[in-house]
Amino acid sequence: MNVLLDNLSLFREGFIGTLELTGASALVAMVLGVIIAGFRVSPVPPLRIFGTLWVTLLRNTPLTLLFLVAFFVVPKVLFPDLDSFLLAVCACGFYTSAFVAEAVRSGINTVPLGQAEAARSIGMTFTQTMRMIVLPQATRTVVPPLSSIFIALTKNTAIAGAFNNVDLFNVSKTLSNDGYDIAVIFLWITLAYLIVTYAINGLFRLLEHRLEVAR
Amino acid sequence: MAEVSVTKDAAPAADELVALKNVNKHFGALHVLQDIDLTIDRGEVVVVIGPSGSGKSTLCRAINRLETVESGSITIDGKPLPQEGKELARLRADVGMVFQSFNLFAHKTVLENVMLGQVKVRKVEKAAAEEKARALLDRVGVGTQADKYPAQLSGGQQQRVAIARALAMDPKVMLFDEPTSALDPEMINEVLEVMQQLARDGMTMVVVTHEMGFARSAANRVVFMADGRIVEQATPDEFFSNPRSDRAKDFLSKILHH
Repeated sequence: MNVLLDNLSLFREGFIGTLELTGASALVAMVLGVIIAGFRVSPVPPLRIFGTLWVTLLRNTPLTLLFLVAFFVVPKVLFPDLDSFLLAVCACGFYTSAFVAEAVRSGINTVPLGQAEAARSIGMTFTQTMRMIVLPQATRTVVPPLSSIFIALTKNTAIAGAFNNVDLFNVSKTLSNDGYDIAVIFLWITLAYLIVTYAINGLFRLLEHRLEVAR
Repeated sequence: MAEVSVTKDAAPAADELVALKNVNKHFGALHVLQDIDLTIDRGEVVVVIGPSGSGKSTLCRAINRLETVESGSITIDGKPLPQEGKELARLRADVGMVFQSFNLFAHKTVLENVMLGQVKVRKVEKAAAEEKARALLDRVGVGTQADKYPAQLSGGQQQRVAIARALAMDPKVMLFDEPTSALDPEMINEVLEVMQQLARDGMTMVVVTHEMGFARSAANRVVFMADGRIVEQATPDEFFSNPRSDRAKDFLSKILHH
């Protein structure tokens, strides 16, 4: 029972670590995901090919493998001095961006084609059409799957804990090495993860509700 | 809105605004546009009629490149249609399009629908754009609906807003792709009246329609299409009273007697 109280600062550090990893990766995934979804429906063939490759490659690769590449190949070949937080955010963010892209694309497909045609016929460019007409109308359909994707992301950041990042998973490892009862550690760690995922859940439900009212 | 001042009584200046030369397009095995040659002069109102699947809509949509064509050339005001990109977007701003299913931006109010193109494409000041939008909405008779969303309007009202949205760009030519086909019968006239007024004001128009009354009263020329070809072109009087081709005679006998 004393596990939590004895190591409160460590728990707090881990909790904040998980939050930071999740937040930063979610931001990367969101921005990249929308861009890649745009690529996949763009009229320019090279962009479409790039988008498809990105999604196929990242969605079909185990995240652990991506981490291995990020931590052992990337520093050797490309950037030797990136810190482990940045590498972890890139791995999680890129991986999740593929799922975000597909969710956004499915949302884009629910917007009637006529909306984009009307926008193009008054002289809007592809980017303007996407940004002002299609994506705002796609948002409502994209929100529920995004919530699942970001909850999955939260749990995926645990892998970063095994790669030199301080997060909840990393804390559980440290504590069990210190000889605390593993069952009790897991109880508290699980609770901490639940707080994060439940907050995401609530946030998205709020968003969904707001968008429904806006119609 | 004083930009269009040429009246139909004044002899239309005989310069080509839209020219299609030898245009071909397939949808799979269907040869939907076959060697289409068509020129539309400034100020002219051309009505395209014909049975379903004859390629009329495709023809209309090809003029602003919503449909690409495989061969042949399409020029607007002397400029050939460019590839997809910024230049094509600029050219499309000069070509108004009205769709069968209205396609008003569902998440924007009526007023925003008419302002959006002016502000984002023409880079007009917001205040000026709003003033013009309200004037246009008044002109098509939906001024009081400005702050509603499209879904709150009747079909006829929505289509008139769509016409206002296209007019807000000061287009050189207006394309109408079966503008009344999705409307309840009692709403067809309110849209046709707006179009008739537009024709009287000297707007260059290409109208794909099944409204023979409109073709009779507003068109300078009727183009009859069947099976991907332009079968016959004539003035409305000539076409309706004395069609030359068998295909047109057959078509007219089916639609005029019931």
